[in-house]
Amino acid sequence: MQTEAEWKFTAKDIAEKPDLFLSGHRACAGCGPATVLRLIMKAVRGPTIVTNATGCMEVVSSIYPYTSWAIPWLHTAFENAAANASGIEAALKILKKKGRSKHEHVDVIALAGDGGTYDIGIQALSGAVERGHDFLYVLYDNEAYMNTGIQRSGGTPLGASTTTSPAGTVIPGKLEHKKPIADIMVAHDMPYVATASPYYWRDLLVKVRKGLEVNGPAFLHVFAPCPRGWRSDPAKSIELSRLAVETCIFPLWEAVNGEYQLSTPSKVFALAPQKKKPVKEYLQVQGRFRHLFTPKFEKLTEEIQRVTDERWKRLLKKCGM
Amino acid sequence: MKSVVKQEVLALNGDEAVAFAAKQSDVDVVAAYPITPQTIIVERFSEYVANGEVETEFVCTESEHSALTACLAASVTGARAFTASASAGLALMHEMLFVTSGCRAPVVMAIANRALSAPLNIHGDHSDTMTERDSGWIQIYVENAQEAYDSVIQAFKIAENTDVLLPVIVGLDGFTLSHTLENVHVLSDDAVKRFVGTRKFINVTNHEGRTVPFKLDPDNPTSMGPIALPNYYFEFKRQQEEAMKNALKVIQDVNKEYAEISGRSYGDGLVDAYYVEDAEVAIVCLGSTAGTVKAVVDELRAEGVKAGLLRIRTFRPLPVERIVDTLKNAKAVAVMDRSMSFGGNGGPVFHEVRHALYDADKHPYIVNYIYGLGGRDTSPMQIRKIYEDLQKILRIKRVETRVQYLGLRE
Repeated sequence: MQTEAEWKFTAKDIAEKPDLFLSGHRACAGCGPATVLRLIMKAVRGPTIVTNATGCMEVVSSIYPYTSWAIPWLHTAFENAAANASGIEAALKILKKKGRSKHEHVDVIALAGDGGTYDIGIQALSGAVERGHDFLYVLYDNEAYMNTGIQRSGGTPLGASTTTSPAGTVIPGKLEHKKPIADIMVAHDMPYVATASPYYWRDLLVKVRKGLEVNGPAFLHVFAPCPRGWRSDPAKSIELSRLAVETCIFPLWEAVNGEYQLSTPSKVFALAPQKKKPVKEYLQVQGRFRHLFTPKFEKLTEEIQRVTDERWKRLLKKCGM
Repeated sequence: MKSVVKQEVLALNGDEAVAFAAKQSDVDVVAAYPITPQTIIVERFSEYVANGEVETEFVCTESEHSALTACLAASVTGARAFTASASAGLALMHEMLFVTSGCRAPVVMAIANRALSAPLNIHGDHSDTMTERDSGWIQIYVENAQEAYDSVIQAFKIAENTDVLLPVIVGLDGFTLSHTLENVHVLSDDAVKRFVGTRKFINVTNHEGRTVPFKLDPDNPTSMGPIALPNYYFEFKRQQEEAMKNALKVIQDVNKEYAEISGRSYGDGLVDAYYVEDAEVAIVCLGSTAGTVKAVVDELRAEGVKAGLLRIRTFRPLPVERIVDTLKNAKAVAVMDRSMSFGGNGGPVFHEVRHALYDADKHPYIVNYIYGLGGRDTSPMQIRKIYEDLQKILRIKRVETRVQYLGLRE
């Protein structure tokens, strides 16, 4: 096992490390998830197998006979990334025991979007975590079913307009709040849960590595803007992933054995609350929230601010701040 | 029999026989979820694990969908994987059945055949596996607990044959076989281990242009389960069909090879013909009902009636030529279906046997009996009535009712 001191992850280090998620995939310009995947794969520590739920990242990276994966990769279906990981991990364990695998250890990473995690995949995820399989589950959250054409998911935030929660003349987009998925995972009493954002890439890489190093299941919730679905400028995806943290809409934290701890990028706003930006700054640069800036629906931005503040306050309490 | 090994006789029900066979087959990963009447299989296997009698990773998943997913993932990682299910559990796996066969993962699954809801019914019929007949799995239906034991062992060898690489279902009738105690002859652990052998892998060309074994291996990366668009998908499916054709031969070879060590074989592995070669009136059926039919055939033969039975053991791939050949002298045939194909003019076995006979030189009269749904008993008297109906058809030279229901309150 490497120690934390060895995880330098300097810009130079990661630039020199070969890509395992290769270019040439078919992701859109400014795709947050593709950037997240490329970064994550820079943090692997040795032999690794990746399994992917059906979704954007699976589709753009594996169009037969091409692949963007320089390491063993498996896709089987939509709702079962965690079950795939269970099977791979179980096989690796017994093959090693029977002397049929020469690797001392192989890491297993399961990748899924918000649809494959919040909604259809939560059963398999919950089961795999309860059984204690040693794997890292990475949720790349672009807050809707983007692969099928921007339909709302349990991860879509309040007020967002999607193709199944459209902003109409009566209804202002999605009426429900985002499910607190990472907290749900903490409630599983699992060894490691964290949130991350690609703008804070070093924080993301360190969390990937920590997730791989723990014995047992780890869950990483990564913010991943989708210009197509969010109706945002493809050049602004990384900026948006900073704004989400600066507005405390998507705070960065980790829970090691259930103990919450605020991560450095978010700690800034706990220590200096005046630096915390209003959610409007984040909402107004995205077309999916455009209707919230009309007189009819503008009250909803206040509700989003209220809930964001409330959840942030609750998080600070959990972090003992 | 050149080298039949010494065998022990154990009192086992069908489920226990399956679990015992899986234990001896050196399975690496078992991922399963309980469902009646399959539960005994996973319970016995759990005991083997708990007592250190097997070197197997046992994964108690939270659903059948995850059970088959985990088996598939373990299988493509290089492990020998086994699971068991029934009825609603198999239905929940439906999506993954296609993915497993499409990924060419040689998973073996025992199904304690059971009715599908609604209404809820836990007893035996073939609705569950018949619904999955087009899922790309080899399907073997057994007649008794002995055959369940033998077939599970054979299934690994069939599935993992590199000309096949397809998953296999071994179906045993719920309760009639799963829960009924029989004397089962079992081979020694060593004999089974030798027979099944270790898993072999085919080689494929990976993205780097290197020849690598077809499994998830960090030293030889491959991408498995990709998306294939209209320009490639069709070829994948065609290859699966080719593998099914190859399986017809492999199943016969394995049946023969197994006979050499055990002294037991089941027809040619594909069909089990019982006094059918010269039969005028014949019944075609699957599974445990064949035992009842055989008893009636014995009686009728003693009475001078040329009665026979064709038990289809391998339903997928369908041994069309063997069915045609075996029934070549039959003048009237009754096909028994223990499931429905609603609105389909008869049950699935009837459809397939009738379709197979289309190319035969002589076309027998052919009728369908739906029977035993939801575990309803089928008596020798009812079977005898079928043969009488067939004799009547020969007398009056026409079929009065094409599809009938056996033992039904109407």
